[in-house]
Amino acid sequence: MSRFAQKNGWTLGLAALFAGLLIATKLIQPGFGLSGLDSLARAALPFAFATAAMTVVVLAGGIDLSVASMMAVASVSGARLMEGASEAEAAGIVGLVLLVGLAMGAINGALIVLTRVPDIVVTLSMLFVWEGTALLILQGPEGGCAIWLRDLILGGLSLPFVPGALTEWLPKAAVLVAVVLAVVWVPVARSKLGLSIYAVGSDPLAAFRSGVSLGRTRIAAYAIAGLLAAFGGLSLTMATGIGAPIPGPYLMAAVAAVVLGGVALTGGKGGLLGPILAVFVLRLVRMDLTLLSVDPNVTTIIEGTIMVIVVMMGGLLAARERGR
Amino acid sequence: MSKEPSRLSRLMSDHPLIPLAALLLVLIVALELLRPGIVNERWIANTIKFAIPLAMLAACQTLTMLTGGIDLSAGVAATVVAFVMATQVPILGVPGAIAAALIPAILMGLLNGFGIAICRVHPLIMTLGTGLIATGFLQVYQRFVIASGSVVPDSLAWLGTGRTLGLPNSLLLFVPFAALILYGQRRTGFGRLLYALGSNEAAARLSGVRAWQVYFTLYALSGVIAGITGLLYVGLIKAPSLSLMNPVLLPSVAAAVVGGTSIFGGRGGYGGTILGALILTVLGTLLTLVQIPEGARGVFFGAIILAVTAIYVRLTNQT
Repeated sequence: MSRFAQKNGWTLGLAALFAGLLIATKLIQPGFGLSGLDSLARAALPFAFATAAMTVVVLAGGIDLSVASMMAVASVSGARLMEGASEAEAAGIVGLVLLVGLAMGAINGALIVLTRVPDIVVTLSMLFVWEGTALLILQGPEGGCAIWLRDLILGGLSLPFVPGALTEWLPKAAVLVAVVLAVVWVPVARSKLGLSIYAVGSDPLAAFRSGVSLGRTRIAAYAIAGLLAAFGGLSLTMATGIGAPIPGPYLMAAVAAVVLGGVALTGGKGGLLGPILAVFVLRLVRMDLTLLSVDPNVTTIIEGTIMVIVVMMGGLLAARERGR
Repeated sequence: MSKEPSRLSRLMSDHPLIPLAALLLVLIVALELLRPGIVNERWIANTIKFAIPLAMLAACQTLTMLTGGIDLSAGVAATVVAFVMATQVPILGVPGAIAAALIPAILMGLLNGFGIAICRVHPLIMTLGTGLIATGFLQVYQRFVIASGSVVPDSLAWLGTGRTLGLPNSLLLFVPFAALILYGQRRTGFGRLLYALGSNEAAARLSGVRAWQVYFTLYALSGVIAGITGLLYVGLIKAPSLSLMNPVLLPSVAAAVVGGTSIFGGRGGYGGTILGALILTVLGTLLTLVQIPEGARGVFFGAIILAVTAIYVRLTNQT
């Protein structure tokens, strides 16, 4: 038990922080309940997917600056194809958009491996490329979205054969994040690929000498990130019903949540749960400040300050550990 | 690449500016072929006018990249200085407003230096956070000065847009600036310390370099350079806004990278960055001239930056 706590200390701390914030929210706004949780989960949805995408790449020792632009491509291609399409056709379109995301990520990874240009530079260039692609697909915010898709993130969860009181408090949007990440990441993390990603992230040379293919692992990590970014883009379309070709503020927020979530930017250290919890913590802080009727601009200052203080403390702790 | 470097690649790694200058020339020739007569005195002055703010903001990236860092708060710092200056002119007068406006940029730089040198935060994250905080402060500040209005002083407009004898006035600022950086990076102790820290920080520390002093100075200097760039840019655009210089931030990173400065530190210099900024500006004109949709322009812009960097990395055989 104590070993478990030690190993997952950061994540447990974040979970405790989230619980504390929830209680604080209830104190600030006694009426905070189902609809509050629901709007929190829906606001966090695109940030959660962007952060998950970034986390996978960072674990492999890289960084992907094009996450928000890939989300824009996924959002507009989904919205454009779904305009006028039937409800059943929409399922096929979702699959297609996810494939597009996988392909975009794989292209990012392949370019990094083939050109040997640093990942920051490659994904910075690809940021322009994907942003342009999104604009080519859709010039302005328009398009459509299937109704069952929009319904997928609206309100609380209700399952057949389970009494509603048990599940209704759980927002569908939060369940969607959990299910997608469980389906995409858990099999990867448990397989050899997951081990390779961590190995390449912590020490590429050692990984190479133990027979891990560096190039293939990197491409796979970026492809998974592209897939998760496509989920993020689809969630944008699901939330608004249209496609938005201009990338949102998800890049900076994703990097912040990854760092807050206890993932080392040098790679190989951390997991997916911490960053996702960090997303919810950051969104809840923003919501609490709004409930306290703090000026939304002051909220930006507070958010930035929290992030900077956390990374500074993290840096100091890491430096002390190295010194010991 | 284990094979003997060819004569071409040796020439290029010894004189990295030659291929960049050649690329710039090729782009200009392409432009002239595409639209005969466009390359005239007026066009050259215009190109230089728009390349200078980019090259100056890219100086922040070049200097920090030499130590293996990056300054993603430079765009916000430039915007803050420009906006604060323009809104303080009615209250403090021009010199007072400029002096007051530079203070937040220096503070941002010192905060970056503190996080990077003392707390050992990765520069990418630290400068991102500083930029976020500063953006919030700028938005709050705007609410207080919204009534007093903003003025772009005539002197800055003259510097930003004016021409003397066919040459843009901003060269009056840029030529001494570039000379100072080019001299400073190779010939002064501070410049050499940047290369030393970027090549091998542990070795530099063991040789007695007080790294924290260098980082504090470097990021404060980067803030000041960004601030001056903001002042020049608002003179060029003549409309202060809350996102004035933010769209130039990523191109400024691209200019430094295309100019051959390694993002891992220890390699490159400001000469390449100036050429990089010119290349990106001419490329922008070229892509505007070709009648293609805006989206395709972005695609080409990104693809060309990547291609140039990839060829450069391969030819100069850097890792």
